[in-house]
Amino acid sequence: MRAIVAKMLVGGPPLVFLLVFFAAPSMIMVLSSFRFPGEFGGLAPLAAPEGGTGGDYGLTAEAYQFFFSDVIYVEIFLKSFGIAMATTLICLVMAYPLALLIARSEKRFRNLLVLLVVLPFASNFLIRIYAWMIILGPESGFSHFVNAILGVFGIAPVTLLFSPFAVLVGMVYVHLPFMVLPLYTNLEKHDPSLLDAAQDLGATTWQRFWRVTWPLSLPGIFSGSALVFIPVLGMFAVPDILGGTGDILIGNLIKDQFLGTRDWPFGSALSIMLTLAVLSVAGLSTWVARSAMRHGQ
Amino acid sequence: MSRANIWLWLVAASIYAFLYVPLAIVVMYSFNDSRLNAEWVGFTLHWYKALLNNQEMLTAARNSLVIALCASLSSTILGTMAGLAIHRYRWKFLPVLVFTPVAMPEILLGVSLLLFFLQVLNVTLGMVSIIIAHTTFCIGFVAIIVRARLQAMDDSIFEAARDLGASPWQTFRLVTLPLIVPAVVAGALMSFTLSIDDFIITFFTKGVGEPILPIQIYTMIKVAVTPEVNAISTLLMLLTLTMIIIAARLEARASSNRNNSRQAR
Repeated sequence: MRAIVAKMLVGGPPLVFLLVFFAAPSMIMVLSSFRFPGEFGGLAPLAAPEGGTGGDYGLTAEAYQFFFSDVIYVEIFLKSFGIAMATTLICLVMAYPLALLIARSEKRFRNLLVLLVVLPFASNFLIRIYAWMIILGPESGFSHFVNAILGVFGIAPVTLLFSPFAVLVGMVYVHLPFMVLPLYTNLEKHDPSLLDAAQDLGATTWQRFWRVTWPLSLPGIFSGSALVFIPVLGMFAVPDILGGTGDILIGNLIKDQFLGTRDWPFGSALSIMLTLAVLSVAGLSTWVARSAMRHGQ
Repeated sequence: MSRANIWLWLVAASIYAFLYVPLAIVVMYSFNDSRLNAEWVGFTLHWYKALLNNQEMLTAARNSLVIALCASLSSTILGTMAGLAIHRYRWKFLPVLVFTPVAMPEILLGVSLLLFFLQVLNVTLGMVSIIIAHTTFCIGFVAIIVRARLQAMDDSIFEAARDLGASPWQTFRLVTLPLIVPAVVAGALMSFTLSIDDFIITFFTKGVGEPILPIQIYTMIKVAVTPEVNAISTLLMLLTLTMIIIAARLEARASSNRNNSRQAR
């Protein structure tokens, strides 16, 4: 009896708080996606309005039909997946050598080197995006430099800011530490005697990497990829600040439905679709990681 | 040093440069005597002075500070409880509720809370709605840190306390709490930083009346960029840097205490 009281005293408050402010809002969002938009934005009242079209409870799948009726929404989803995929790959290519170096450096330097990766991440998120607005701006030294090089090859000057390129750079910059940390945690645990054994058996540097280090690091790669891919998929601030008018992603679409056009049912439906996408990506990466582990053994 | 190692160092150095040069540029231009972030003209403190005379920015900073203090206080209490409950009682669905808000895209939490506040609770958005929203996602971070600390400890010390006749409350107050204090403090500092930096969730749960720091910065970036943004950015970086140094000091002291007590035994 006392055990149950203690359990409720410790676990009860966070449980109740999250049921009210996380579980309930999520349910409300599912429900909202099946409702009619209100006359002045928001949601229509639940009792069927104006003659009761669309069932007695005022519920409808209109928002989902609308999503599939226009190819542009599917295109934006695919584009978001493309950007998320590209960001993940670039982060992996950049993070892997860095994580490997940190994992193989002397023990007393490791914490410092990891801290140096995390430190810029502690500065404000908007500031990190804003920094690239300065660097990629039309009057910046970097822009002049790039255009000077392009000029040598006879290519017309380009604007770097407000382009898909700027969006990609911003996404990579903001999410890079999420890839470095899980990779480092994995690589740090590798037993160096495995590499010595491979060398004794005549493996070259490349073979040692490709046949020993890489397969062992797959779990780190998958968790890092999930940590980059998922937030990028829903990101609206980076395309909003660094992208042009054509560079909108799922996140921008959702933001506009809630704060711009105020079509809440459609915004909710888009959020549900994003949730499903995130869940399938998370499920897929867990499954791939598991089967990769099984093959590795 | 082998050739492969030299290449690795070169790549790593350029990635560190990629991480730091952009922030260095922001700091540098905050002292630049020109409206444009384009070329270096001369040193000035003008933008910091302008910031101090910007009443709206000062109010925004104060509001954000209040929000961060309240949100970190409530999420530290609730998050510590959640961490303890998850470690001790192995509930099935509590971890799902605690850790999902950390893992999912922030925009989803933002819009679902927007709907909930306006549609179900029918409240006006403002400081309170932001504090609640921040608490919701910070609980998970605190719980992760506290649980990691509990997992690293030997459960038998709690059993020993109980065997020696301590009540559950005494066990908690005299054994568990002193041991997890570094994790709780780290969690509090982390949720403070997360809250004061958060833009996305704040963006959806903010009201119209009170200015909030990240929203203020966003508006300046979107509408009229002046080096005042650089100045406030530099100050914010200093603030987070200080927090991190304090957290590292506390952690170092806690671990040296641990080692000392181990040596004394």
